[in-house]
Amino acid sequence: MTPASTALATAAAGAAERGFLSPTGVEIAFVLVGLATLGAAVVTVTTRQLVHAALWLVVALGGIAVEYLLLTAEFIAWVQVLIYLGSVIVLLLFGLMLTKAPIGRSPDADSGNRWVALGVAAVAASALVWVVVDAFRTTWIDLDGPVQGSTQVTGEVLFRHWVLPFEALSVLLLAALIGAIVLSRKDTADTAAAPADATDQGER
Amino acid sequence: MNDALDVALRLLVVFAVFLVLPLIVGQTEHKVMAHMQGRLGPMYAGGFHGWAQLVADGVKFAQKEDVVPAGADRRIFQLAPAVALLPYLLVLIAIPLGPGEGAVGQVIDAGVFFVLAVMGVGVLGSLMAGWASANKFSLLGGLRTAAQLLAYELPMLLTAASVAMAAGTVSLPGIVDAFEWWWLPWQIVGALVFFTAGLAELQRPPFDMPVADSEIIFGAYTEYTGLRFALFLLAEYAGIVVLCALTTVLFLGGWHGPVADGWVWTLLKTAVLAFVVIWLRVSYPRLREDQLQKLAWTLLIPLALAQIALTGIVKVAMN
Repeated sequence: MTPASTALATAAAGAAERGFLSPTGVEIAFVLVGLATLGAAVVTVTTRQLVHAALWLVVALGGIAVEYLLLTAEFIAWVQVLIYLGSVIVLLLFGLMLTKAPIGRSPDADSGNRWVALGVAAVAASALVWVVVDAFRTTWIDLDGPVQGSTQVTGEVLFRHWVLPFEALSVLLLAALIGAIVLSRKDTADTAAAPADATDQGER
Repeated sequence: MNDALDVALRLLVVFAVFLVLPLIVGQTEHKVMAHMQGRLGPMYAGGFHGWAQLVADGVKFAQKEDVVPAGADRRIFQLAPAVALLPYLLVLIAIPLGPGEGAVGQVIDAGVFFVLAVMGVGVLGSLMAGWASANKFSLLGGLRTAAQLLAYELPMLLTAASVAMAAGTVSLPGIVDAFEWWWLPWQIVGALVFFTAGLAELQRPPFDMPVADSEIIFGAYTEYTGLRFALFLLAEYAGIVVLCALTTVLFLGGWHGPVADGWVWTLLKTAVLAFVVIWLRVSYPRLREDQLQKLAWTLLIPLALAQIALTGIVKVAMN
Protein backbone atom coordinates (compact mmCIF):
# COMPACT_ATOMS: atom_id res chain seq x y z
CA MET A 1 0.00 0.00 0.00
CA THR A 2 1.38 3.38 -0.92
CA PRO A 3 1.73 6.11 1.70
CA ALA A 4 -0.90 8.08 -0.19
CA SER A 5 -3.59 5.43 -0.10
CA THR A 6 -2.97 4.68 3.58
CA ALA A 7 -3.14 8.36 4.37
CA LEU A 8 -6.31 8.73 2.32
CA ALA A 9 -7.87 5.75 4.10
CA THR A 10 -7.11 7.20 7.54
CA ALA A 11 -8.33 10.59 6.37
CA ALA A 12 -11.59 9.05 5.16
CA ALA A 13 -12.03 7.30 8.50
CA GLY A 14 -11.45 10.58 10.32
CA ALA A 15 -13.90 12.42 8.09
CA ALA A 16 -16.89 11.08 9.99
CA GLU A 17 -16.11 13.30 12.97
CA ARG A 18 -15.80 16.46 10.87
CA GLY A 19 -18.59 18.82 10.03
CA PHE A 20 -19.10 21.65 7.58
CA LEU A 21 -20.16 24.12 10.27
CA SER A 22 -16.81 24.77 11.93
CA PRO A 23 -14.37 25.41 9.09
CA THR A 24 -10.64 25.74 9.78
CA GLY A 25 -8.53 28.60 8.51
CA VAL A 26 -7.25 26.55 5.58
CA GLU A 27 -10.80 25.67 4.53
CA ILE A 28 -11.88 29.30 4.63
CA ALA A 29 -8.82 30.27 2.58
CA PHE A 30 -9.64 27.49 0.11
CA VAL A 31 -13.18 28.78 -0.41
CA LEU A 32 -12.06 32.41 -0.72
CA VAL A 33 -9.35 31.59 -3.28
CA GLY A 34 -11.90 29.46 -5.12
CA LEU A 35 -14.32 32.39 -5.31
CA ALA A 36 -11.55 34.69 -6.55
CA THR A 37 -10.58 32.12 -9.18
CA LEU A 38 -14.19 31.76 -10.30
CA GLY A 39 -14.57 35.55 -10.48
CA ALA A 40 -11.39 35.90 -12.56
CA ALA A 41 -12.59 33.12 -14.87
CA VAL A 42 -15.96 34.85 -15.38
CA VAL A 43 -14.22 38.16 -16.16
CA THR A 44 -11.93 36.29 -18.59
CA VAL A 45 -14.85 35.22 -20.75
CA THR A 46 -16.95 38.36 -20.38
CA THR A 47 -14.41 41.20 -20.77
CA ARG A 48 -14.41 42.94 -24.13
CA GLN A 49 -10.67 43.68 -24.06
CA LEU A 50 -8.73 40.80 -25.59
CA VAL A 51 -5.43 41.14 -23.77
CA HIS A 52 -7.22 41.79 -20.48
CA ALA A 53 -8.96 38.44 -20.96
CA ALA A 54 -5.56 36.73 -21.27
CA LEU A 55 -4.30 38.52 -18.14
CA TRP A 56 -7.41 37.59 -16.14
CA LEU A 57 -6.74 34.03 -17.25
CA VAL A 58 -3.36 34.39 -15.51
CA VAL A 59 -5.20 35.22 -12.28
CA ALA A 60 -7.60 32.29 -12.69
CA LEU A 61 -4.84 29.76 -13.44
CA GLY A 62 -2.71 31.15 -10.61
CA GLY A 63 -5.69 30.78 -8.26
CA ILE A 64 -5.94 27.11 -9.21
CA ALA A 65 -2.23 26.72 -8.39
CA VAL A 66 -2.90 28.22 -4.94
CA GLU A 67 -5.77 25.73 -4.47
CA TYR A 68 -3.39 22.87 -5.25
CA LEU A 69 -0.98 24.27 -2.67
CA LEU A 70 -3.74 24.40 -0.06
CA LEU A 71 -4.51 20.74 -0.89
CA THR A 72 -0.79 20.02 -0.12
CA ALA A 73 -0.12 19.06 -3.76
CA GLU A 74 3.00 21.20 -4.00
CA PHE A 75 4.52 19.56 -7.06
CA ILE A 76 1.29 19.84 -9.06
CA ALA A 77 1.00 23.50 -8.07
CA TRP A 78 4.47 24.42 -9.39
CA VAL A 79 3.92 22.44 -12.57
CA GLN A 80 0.65 24.34 -13.02
CA VAL A 81 2.54 27.65 -12.74
CA LEU A 82 5.34 26.43 -15.02
CA ILE A 83 3.15 25.08 -17.81
CA TYR A 84 0.11 27.35 -17.75
CA LEU A 85 1.44 30.71 -16.54
CA GLY A 86 4.96 30.35 -17.93
CA SER A 87 4.23 28.78 -21.30
CA VAL A 88 0.56 28.66 -22.34
CA ILE A 89 -0.16 32.28 -21.39
CA VAL A 90 3.08 33.47 -23.02
CA LEU A 91 2.07 31.65 -26.20
CA LEU A 92 -1.41 33.17 -25.97
CA LEU A 93 -0.02 36.70 -25.52
CA PHE A 94 2.43 36.09 -28.38
CA GLY A 95 -0.50 35.16 -30.62
CA LEU A 96 -2.52 38.17 -29.49
CA MET A 97 0.39 40.52 -30.16
CA LEU A 98 0.74 39.12 -33.68
CA THR A 99 -2.90 40.10 -34.31
CA LYS A 100 -2.13 43.66 -33.12
CA ALA A 101 -4.80 43.32 -30.42
CA PRO A 102 -5.83 46.94 -29.86
CA ILE A 103 -5.75 48.77 -26.55
CA GLY A 104 -9.34 49.25 -25.40
CA ARG A 105 -12.46 47.38 -26.43
CA SER A 106 -12.71 45.02 -29.39
CA PRO A 107 -16.44 44.94 -30.20
CA ASP A 108 -15.85 42.83 -33.32
CA ALA A 109 -14.34 40.02 -31.24
CA ASP A 110 -17.79 38.78 -30.23
CA SER A 111 -18.74 35.71 -32.26
CA GLY A 112 -22.46 35.81 -31.47
CA ASN A 113 -22.43 32.32 -29.99
CA ARG A 114 -22.77 33.67 -26.48
CA TRP A 115 -25.73 31.49 -25.42
CA VAL A 116 -24.45 28.30 -27.03
CA ALA A 117 -21.11 28.84 -25.30
CA LEU A 118 -22.87 29.40 -22.00
CA GLY A 119 -24.79 26.16 -22.43
CA VAL A 120 -21.66 24.14 -23.28
CA ALA A 121 -19.79 25.71 -20.35
CA ALA A 122 -22.63 24.92 -17.94
CA VAL A 123 -22.80 21.29 -19.07
CA ALA A 124 -19.02 20.83 -18.91
CA ALA A 125 -18.79 22.49 -15.49
CA SER A 126 -21.62 20.45 -14.01
CA ALA A 127 -20.15 17.21 -15.36
CA LEU A 128 -16.72 18.03 -13.88
CA VAL A 129 -18.13 19.13 -10.53
CA TRP A 130 -20.32 16.03 -10.35
CA VAL A 131 -17.36 13.70 -11.11
CA VAL A 132 -15.08 15.35 -8.55
CA VAL A 133 -17.74 15.52 -5.83
CA ASP A 134 -18.76 11.91 -6.44
CA ALA A 135 -15.14 10.71 -6.40
CA PHE A 136 -14.11 12.35 -3.13
CA ARG A 137 -17.34 13.03 -1.21
CA THR A 138 -16.19 13.73 2.38
CA THR A 139 -12.51 12.88 2.15
CA TRP A 140 -10.41 15.12 4.38
CA ILE A 141 -6.70 15.70 4.06
CA ASP A 142 -4.85 15.28 7.33
CA LEU A 143 -2.75 18.47 7.43
CA ASP A 144 -0.88 17.49 10.60
CA GLY A 145 0.40 14.12 9.30
CA PRO A 146 3.04 13.52 6.60
CA VAL A 147 2.48 15.55 3.42
CA GLN A 148 0.19 13.64 1.08
CA GLY A 149 0.91 15.56 -2.10
CA SER A 150 4.72 15.75 -1.94
CA THR A 151 6.76 15.09 -5.06
CA GLN A 152 7.69 11.62 -3.86
CA VAL A 153 4.10 10.54 -3.19
CA THR A 154 2.87 12.06 -6.47
CA GLY A 155 5.62 10.27 -8.40
CA GLU A 156 4.94 6.92 -6.73
CA VAL A 157 1.20 7.11 -7.37
CA LEU A 158 1.72 8.30 -10.94
CA PHE A 159 4.21 5.64 -11.97
CA ARG A 160 2.67 2.76 -10.02
CA HIS A 161 -1.10 3.13 -10.40
CA TRP A 162 -1.51 5.55 -13.29
CA VAL A 163 1.40 4.63 -15.52
CA LEU A 164 -0.78 3.41 -18.43
CA PRO A 165 -2.84 6.65 -18.76
CA PHE A 166 0.39 8.60 -18.32
CA GLU A 167 2.11 6.81 -21.20
CA ALA A 168 -1.03 6.97 -23.36
CA LEU A 169 -1.18 10.74 -22.81
CA SER A 170 2.48 11.16 -23.74
CA VAL A 171 1.88 9.27 -26.99
CA LEU A 172 -1.11 11.53 -27.66
CA LEU A 173 1.02 14.64 -27.06
CA LEU A 174 3.74 13.27 -29.33
CA ALA A 175 1.14 12.73 -32.06
CA ALA A 176 -0.09 16.31 -31.59
CA LEU A 177 3.50 17.60 -31.80
CA ILE A 178 4.23 15.71 -35.02
CA GLY A 179 0.88 16.83 -36.43
CA ALA A 180 1.72 20.47 -35.68
CA ILE A 181 5.11 20.13 -37.39
CA VAL A 182 3.52 18.50 -40.47
CA LEU A 183 0.87 21.23 -40.68
CA SER A 184 3.37 24.06 -40.35
CA ARG A 185 5.72 22.55 -42.98
CA LYS A 186 2.94 21.93 -45.49
CA ASP A 187 3.71 24.69 -47.97
CA THR A 188 7.48 24.98 -47.56
CA ALA A 189 7.99 22.98 -50.77
CA ASP A 190 6.69 25.92 -52.85
CA THR A 191 8.69 28.57 -51.05
CA ALA A 192 11.80 26.54 -50.26
CA ALA A 193 14.10 29.32 -51.46
CA ALA A 194 12.84 31.97 -49.00
CA PRO A 195 13.52 30.14 -45.69
CA ALA A 196 16.92 29.08 -46.96
CA ASP A 197 17.88 32.76 -47.24
CA ALA A 198 16.41 33.57 -43.86
CA THR A 199 18.38 30.90 -42.02
CA ASP A 200 21.64 31.85 -43.71
CA GLN A 201 24.27 32.39 -41.03
CA GLY A 202 25.52 35.73 -42.35
CA GLU A 203 28.15 37.63 -40.41
CA ARG A 204 28.65 36.78 -36.77
CA MET B 1 12.99 31.59 18.76
CA ASN B 2 9.26 31.61 18.05
CA ASP B 3 7.92 30.88 14.58
CA ALA B 4 6.61 34.28 13.57
CA LEU B 5 9.85 36.01 14.51
CA ASP B 6 11.85 33.34 12.67
CA VAL B 7 9.80 33.79 9.49
CA ALA B 8 10.00 37.58 9.71
CA LEU B 9 13.76 37.47 10.21
CA ARG B 10 14.28 35.12 7.25
CA LEU B 11 12.12 37.29 4.98
CA LEU B 12 14.02 40.38 6.11
CA VAL B 13 17.38 38.78 5.30
CA VAL B 14 16.14 37.60 1.88
CA PHE B 15 14.83 41.10 1.18
CA ALA B 16 18.14 42.67 2.19
CA VAL B 17 20.02 40.27 -0.10
CA PHE B 18 17.55 41.11 -2.86
CA LEU B 19 18.28 44.83 -2.47
CA VAL B 20 22.05 44.65 -2.00
CA LEU B 21 23.39 41.93 -4.34
CA PRO B 22 21.86 43.33 -7.59
CA LEU B 23 23.36 46.74 -6.77
CA ILE B 24 26.78 45.17 -6.23
CA VAL B 25 26.48 43.35 -9.57
CA GLY B 26 25.43 46.61 -11.22
CA GLN B 27 28.37 48.54 -9.80
CA THR B 28 30.74 45.71 -10.75
CA GLU B 29 29.36 45.88 -14.26
CA HIS B 30 30.11 49.62 -14.46
CA LYS B 31 33.68 49.04 -13.36
CA VAL B 32 34.46 45.79 -15.19
CA MET B 33 33.04 47.07 -18.47
CA ALA B 34 34.97 50.30 -18.10
CA HIS B 35 38.28 48.58 -17.45
CA MET B 36 37.77 46.06 -20.27
CA GLN B 37 37.20 49.04 -22.58
CA GLY B 38 40.28 50.95 -21.34
CA ARG B 39 38.48 53.63 -19.27
CA LEU B 40 37.74 54.19 -15.58
CA GLY B 41 33.96 54.21 -15.25
CA PRO B 42 32.18 56.28 -12.58
CA MET B 43 34.80 57.93 -10.29
CA TYR B 44 33.15 60.82 -8.43
CA ALA B 45 29.96 59.76 -6.60
CA GLY B 46 30.77 58.75 -3.03
CA GLY B 47 34.46 59.56 -3.28
CA PHE B 48 36.26 56.18 -3.47
CA HIS B 49 36.16 54.99 -7.11
CA GLY B 50 32.56 56.12 -7.50
CA TRP B 51 31.12 53.44 -5.22
CA ALA B 52 27.88 55.40 -4.68
CA GLN B 53 27.11 55.82 -8.39
CA LEU B 54 24.11 53.45 -8.30
CA VAL B 55 22.72 55.13 -5.17
CA ALA B 56 22.94 58.43 -7.03
CA ASP B 57 21.24 56.81 -10.04
CA GLY B 58 18.47 55.59 -7.75
CA VAL B 59 17.93 59.09 -6.36
CA LYS B 60 17.85 60.42 -9.91
CA PHE B 61 15.25 57.84 -11.00
CA ALA B 62 13.09 58.58 -7.95
CA GLN B 63 13.05 62.30 -8.80
CA LYS B 64 11.99 61.83 -12.40
CA GLU B 65 8.40 62.33 -13.44
CA ASP B 66 6.43 59.11 -13.84
CA VAL B 67 4.99 59.46 -17.33
CA VAL B 68 2.26 57.19 -18.71
CA PRO B 69 1.71 57.63 -22.46
CA ALA B 70 -1.75 58.96 -23.36
CA GLY B 71 -2.61 56.00 -25.59
CA ALA B 72 -1.34 53.38 -23.12
CA ASP B 73 -3.43 50.94 -21.15
CA ARG B 74 -2.85 52.69 -17.82
CA ARG B 75 -3.31 49.97 -15.24
CA ILE B 76 -1.40 47.23 -17.07
CA PHE B 77 1.37 49.70 -17.95
CA GLN B 78 1.75 50.56 -14.27
CA LEU B 79 1.50 46.99 -13.03
CA ALA B 80 4.10 45.53 -15.42
CA PRO B 81 7.31 46.48 -13.50
CA ALA B 82 6.00 44.78 -10.34
CA VAL B 83 5.17 41.62 -12.28
CA ALA B 84 8.67 41.66 -13.75
CA LEU B 85 10.47 42.21 -10.43
CA LEU B 86 8.57 40.26 -7.76
CA PRO B 87 9.22 36.72 -9.13
CA TYR B 88 12.98 37.15 -8.58
CA LEU B 89 12.35 38.13 -4.96
CA LEU B 90 10.22 34.99 -4.51
CA VAL B 91 12.89 32.79 -6.13
CA LEU B 92 15.59 34.03 -3.75
CA ILE B 93 13.59 32.58 -0.84
CA ALA B 94 14.20 29.05 -2.09
CA ILE B 95 17.92 29.26 -2.91
CA PRO B 96 20.13 27.61 -0.25
CA LEU B 97 23.26 29.53 0.71
CA GLY B 98 24.86 27.02 3.05
CA PRO B 99 24.24 23.61 4.63
CA GLY B 100 21.38 23.15 7.09
CA GLU B 101 17.98 24.78 7.60
CA GLY B 102 19.52 28.04 8.78
CA ALA B 103 20.95 29.11 5.44
CA VAL B 104 17.90 28.98 3.20
CA GLY B 105 14.81 31.21 3.32
CA GLN B 106 12.39 28.31 3.08
CA VAL B 107 13.03 24.67 2.18
CA ILE B 108 10.64 23.88 -0.68
CA ASP B 109 9.97 20.26 -1.50
CA ALA B 110 9.89 20.73 -5.27
CA GLY B 111 12.45 23.55 -5.24
CA VAL B 112 13.75 23.15 -8.81
CA PHE B 113 10.24 23.37 -10.22
CA PHE B 114 9.40 26.29 -7.96
CA VAL B 115 12.33 28.43 -9.08
CA LEU B 116 11.93 27.69 -12.79
CA ALA B 117 8.15 28.19 -12.68
CA VAL B 118 8.34 31.50 -10.85
CA MET B 119 11.21 32.79 -13.02
CA GLY B 120 9.07 32.11 -16.09
CA VAL B 121 6.31 34.31 -14.68
CA GLY B 122 8.67 37.32 -14.63
CA VAL B 123 8.60 37.45 -18.42
CA LEU B 124 4.88 38.23 -18.28
CA GLY B 125 5.95 41.66 -16.98
CA SER B 126 7.90 42.38 -20.18
CA LEU B 127 5.00 41.16 -22.33
CA MET B 128 2.52 43.36 -20.43
CA ALA B 129 4.87 46.34 -20.77
CA GLY B 130 5.36 45.69 -24.47
CA TRP B 131 1.67 45.51 -25.25
CA ALA B 132 0.37 48.22 -22.90
CA SER B 133 2.82 50.92 -24.06
CA ALA B 134 0.90 51.51 -27.32
CA ASN B 135 4.20 51.81 -29.16
CA LYS B 136 5.31 49.70 -32.11
CA PHE B 137 8.87 49.39 -30.82
CA SER B 138 7.55 48.18 -27.46
CA LEU B 139 5.26 45.70 -29.20
CA LEU B 140 8.17 44.36 -31.27
CA GLY B 141 10.23 44.04 -28.10
CA GLY B 142 7.40 42.15 -26.42
CA LEU B 143 7.07 39.80 -29.40
CA ARG B 144 10.79 39.08 -29.40
CA THR B 145 10.72 38.51 -25.63
CA ALA B 146 7.93 35.95 -25.98
CA ALA B 147 9.60 34.13 -28.88
CA GLN B 148 12.88 34.02 -26.99
CA LEU B 149 11.29 32.73 -23.80
CA LEU B 150 9.45 29.97 -25.65
CA ALA B 151 12.68 28.82 -27.27
CA TYR B 152 14.94 28.93 -24.22
CA GLU B 153 12.61 27.73 -21.45
CA LEU B 154 12.78 24.15 -22.72
CA PRO B 155 16.58 23.56 -22.62
CA MET B 156 16.68 25.18 -19.17
CA LEU B 157 14.03 22.80 -17.85
CA LEU B 158 15.61 19.75 -19.47
CA THR B 159 19.06 20.40 -18.00
CA ALA B 160 17.57 21.11 -14.56
CA ALA B 161 15.72 17.80 -14.87
CA SER B 162 19.05 16.12 -15.65
CA VAL B 163 20.54 17.34 -12.37
CA ALA B 164 17.40 16.32 -10.48
CA MET B 165 17.76 12.83 -11.99
CA ALA B 166 21.39 12.67 -10.95
CA ALA B 167 20.63 13.71 -7.37
CA GLY B 168 17.41 11.72 -7.09
CA THR B 169 15.57 14.71 -5.62
CA VAL B 170 13.97 17.94 -6.81
CA SER B 171 14.74 19.85 -3.62
CA LEU B 172 17.53 22.43 -4.02
CA PRO B 173 19.29 21.72 -0.67
CA GLY B 174 18.87 18.00 -1.43
CA ILE B 175 20.64 18.41 -4.77
CA VAL B 176 23.60 20.21 -3.20
CA ASP B 177 23.72 17.62 -0.41
CA ALA B 178 24.02 14.83 -2.99
CA PHE B 179 26.73 16.65 -4.99
CA GLU B 180 30.06 14.91 -5.62
CA TRP B 181 33.05 16.49 -7.35
CA TRP B 182 32.80 14.17 -10.38
CA TRP B 183 29.34 15.56 -11.15
CA LEU B 184 31.16 18.55 -12.63
CA PRO B 185 32.54 16.72 -15.71
CA TRP B 186 29.41 14.53 -15.80
CA GLN B 187 26.98 17.48 -15.96
CA ILE B 188 29.23 20.04 -17.68
CA VAL B 189 27.20 20.10 -20.92
CA GLY B 190 24.02 20.58 -18.93
CA ALA B 191 25.64 23.40 -16.95
CA LEU B 192 26.68 25.26 -20.11
CA VAL B 193 23.24 24.82 -21.69
CA PHE B 194 21.49 25.95 -18.49
CA PHE B 195 23.67 29.05 -18.12
CA THR B 196 23.30 30.01 -21.80
CA ALA B 197 19.53 29.50 -21.78
CA GLY B 198 19.32 31.48 -18.53
CA LEU B 199 21.22 34.38 -20.12
CA ALA B 200 18.73 34.31 -22.98
CA GLU B 201 15.81 34.30 -20.59
CA LEU B 202 17.25 37.38 -18.85
CA GLN B 203 17.77 39.05 -22.25
CA ARG B 204 21.39 39.73 -21.47
CA PRO B 205 23.90 40.24 -24.28
CA PRO B 206 24.55 38.41 -26.57
CA PHE B 207 20.86 37.49 -26.32
CA ASP B 208 19.53 41.06 -26.00
CA MET B 209 17.58 41.12 -29.24
CA PRO B 210 14.32 42.06 -27.40
CA VAL B 211 15.90 45.30 -26.14
CA ALA B 212 18.29 45.91 -29.06
CA ASP B 213 18.79 49.67 -28.71
CA SER B 214 20.04 50.23 -32.25
CA GLU B 215 16.87 48.71 -33.75
CA ILE B 216 13.92 49.07 -31.41
CA ILE B 217 15.17 51.71 -28.92
CA PHE B 218 14.72 49.71 -25.71
CA GLY B 219 12.10 47.13 -26.62
CA ALA B 220 9.28 46.70 -24.17
CA TYR B 221 10.74 49.31 -21.78
CA THR B 222 10.93 52.16 -24.30
CA GLU B 223 8.06 54.19 -22.79
CA TYR B 224 9.07 53.80 -19.15
CA THR B 225 10.61 56.55 -17.04
CA GLY B 226 11.60 57.16 -13.47
CA LEU B 227 11.07 54.56 -10.77
CA ARG B 228 9.20 52.09 -12.98
CA PHE B 229 12.14 52.01 -15.41
CA ALA B 230 14.49 51.55 -12.45
CA LEU B 231 12.40 48.58 -11.33
CA PHE B 232 12.87 46.92 -14.73
CA LEU B 233 16.63 47.50 -14.49
CA LEU B 234 16.62 46.11 -10.94
CA ALA B 235 14.74 43.04 -12.24
CA GLU B 236 17.51 42.46 -14.79
CA TYR B 237 20.26 42.57 -12.16
CA ALA B 238 18.24 40.54 -9.66
CA GLY B 239 17.83 38.06 -12.52
CA ILE B 240 21.62 37.86 -12.93
CA VAL B 241 22.02 37.12 -9.22
CA VAL B 242 19.29 34.47 -9.31
CA LEU B 243 20.64 32.79 -12.46
CA CYS B 244 24.22 32.68 -11.16
CA ALA B 245 23.11 31.40 -7.75
CA LEU B 246 20.94 28.73 -9.38
CA THR B 247 23.75 27.56 -11.67
CA THR B 248 26.00 27.40 -8.61
CA VAL B 249 23.48 25.38 -6.63
CA LEU B 250 22.48 23.00 -9.42
CA PHE B 251 25.78 22.38 -11.20
CA LEU B 252 28.75 23.72 -9.23
CA GLY B 253 28.08 22.14 -5.86
CA GLY B 254 26.84 25.20 -3.96
CA TRP B 255 28.49 25.35 -0.56
CA HIS B 256 30.92 22.46 -1.27
CA GLY B 257 34.49 23.62 -1.79
CA PRO B 258 38.00 22.16 -1.93
CA VAL B 259 38.48 23.17 1.73
CA ALA B 260 35.94 23.82 4.50
CA ASP B 261 32.40 23.72 3.11
CA GLY B 262 30.37 26.83 3.82
CA TRP B 263 28.24 29.65 2.51
CA VAL B 264 31.31 31.60 1.38
CA TRP B 265 31.74 29.14 -1.50
CA THR B 266 28.20 29.73 -2.74
CA LEU B 267 28.74 33.48 -2.77
CA LEU B 268 32.17 33.13 -4.37
CA LYS B 269 30.95 30.90 -7.21
CA THR B 270 27.94 33.17 -7.76
CA ALA B 271 30.25 36.19 -7.97
CA VAL B 272 32.53 34.48 -10.51
CA LEU B 273 29.53 33.56 -12.67
CA ALA B 274 28.20 37.12 -12.44
CA PHE B 275 31.61 38.31 -13.66
CA VAL B 276 31.29 35.93 -16.63
CA VAL B 277 27.85 37.40 -17.41
CA ILE B 278 29.35 40.90 -17.51
CA TRP B 279 32.35 39.68 -19.50
CA LEU B 280 30.05 38.18 -22.15
CA ARG B 281 28.24 41.49 -22.47
CA VAL B 282 31.47 43.28 -23.27
CA SER B 283 32.95 40.66 -25.59
CA TYR B 284 30.13 39.19 -27.71
CA PRO B 285 28.13 40.90 -30.46
CA ARG B 286 24.36 40.59 -30.40
CA LEU B 287 22.85 37.50 -32.03
CA ARG B 288 20.32 38.13 -34.79
CA GLU B 289 16.74 36.92 -34.21
CA ASP B 290 17.00 33.89 -36.53
CA GLN B 291 20.42 33.00 -35.10
CA LEU B 292 18.87 33.13 -31.63
CA GLN B 293 16.10 30.72 -32.55
CA LYS B 294 18.48 28.46 -34.46
CA LEU B 295 20.86 28.24 -31.51
CA ALA B 296 18.08 27.21 -29.15
CA TRP B 297 16.26 24.69 -31.31
CA THR B 298 19.14 23.07 -33.19
CA LEU B 299 21.94 23.19 -30.62
CA LEU B 300 20.81 23.71 -27.02
CA ILE B 301 17.79 21.38 -27.01
CA PRO B 302 19.62 18.43 -28.63
CA LEU B 303 22.52 18.98 -26.22
CA ALA B 304 20.13 19.06 -23.27
CA LEU B 305 18.46 15.84 -24.43
CA ALA B 306 21.87 14.21 -24.87
CA GLN B 307 22.77 15.29 -21.33
CA ILE B 308 19.59 13.68 -19.99
CA ALA B 309 20.42 10.46 -21.84
CA LEU B 310 23.97 10.50 -20.44
CA THR B 311 22.68 11.14 -16.92
CA GLY B 312 20.22 8.26 -17.25
CA ILE B 313 22.88 5.83 -18.55
CA VAL B 314 25.39 6.66 -15.81
CA LYS B 315 22.66 6.53 -13.17
CA VAL B 316 21.51 3.07 -14.29
CA ALA B 317 25.09 1.82 -14.64
CA MET B 318 25.88 2.90 -11.07
CA ASN B 319 22.94 1.03 -9.56
